[in-house]
Amino acid sequence: MTTTTLLAGAIWFALGCVVLGMLFCALRLAIGPTAQDRVLALDTLWMCTMLLALVLGIHHDSLIYFEAALLIALLGFVSTVALAKFLMRGEVIE
Amino acid sequence: MSVAMLPWWAAVPVAVLLVLGGLITLVGTLGLLRLKTFYQRIHGPAIAISMGAGCILVASMVYFTAAQSRLVIHELLIGAFVLMTAPVVAMLLMRAALYRDLRGRAAARPALAQPPVGELGTETDEQRTDAAGGGGR
Repeated sequence: MTTTTLLAGAIWFALGCVVLGMLFCALRLAIGPTAQDRVLALDTLWMCTMLLALVLGIHHDSLIYFEAALLIALLGFVSTVALAKFLMRGEVIE
Repeated sequence: MSVAMLPWWAAVPVAVLLVLGGLITLVGTLGLLRLKTFYQRIHGPAIAISMGAGCILVASMVYFTAAQSRLVIHELLIGAFVLMTAPVVAMLLMRAALYRDLRGRAAARPALAQPPVGELGTETDEQRTDAAGGGGR
């Protein structure tokens, strides 16, 4: 077994795990009984998308995916803070 | 498949970290799906996802450092950002959920006055006994 096949197997395993996790997040986003459950599921979906971009960057041996992952992390944080503020106060900017 | 040919000392840690990160992420999201209440569910993403992100970020750093034969550590930016924002997000969501729960509970019993925010954790039980005593009298 060469190092390339070892790495390929690990990358496919990580991709499968992250995509399965995104599926779980989407299920919780669809069935979540309360609004805060849906916001939590959306935040976890952002994080899983960032991990997916990182693993795809290793898969394609390209550094471009790093910028996508950084942007996804930033946007996910801002959107989750805004949604949490909306849940608490009923409006985002007072 | 366009993965670069790495030496053993780099390929084995990258593979182990990728598998570990994927498994930790899967466990965190499974917790998000399977646990009973919101206050249990928030533990999965808040802790496990940041751990899985750390593993995959270190794997990415080791891989690109070995594949390009130079130091590639700009994944540290994402790592620091995730470490800073994950607790903040968890705390904001938990406070919002607690606020909404207690407000809904207070709205369900309109005879009682809206409790002050500072002592929300302790006052519900004595309010319930107050309400029961008032009803009995």
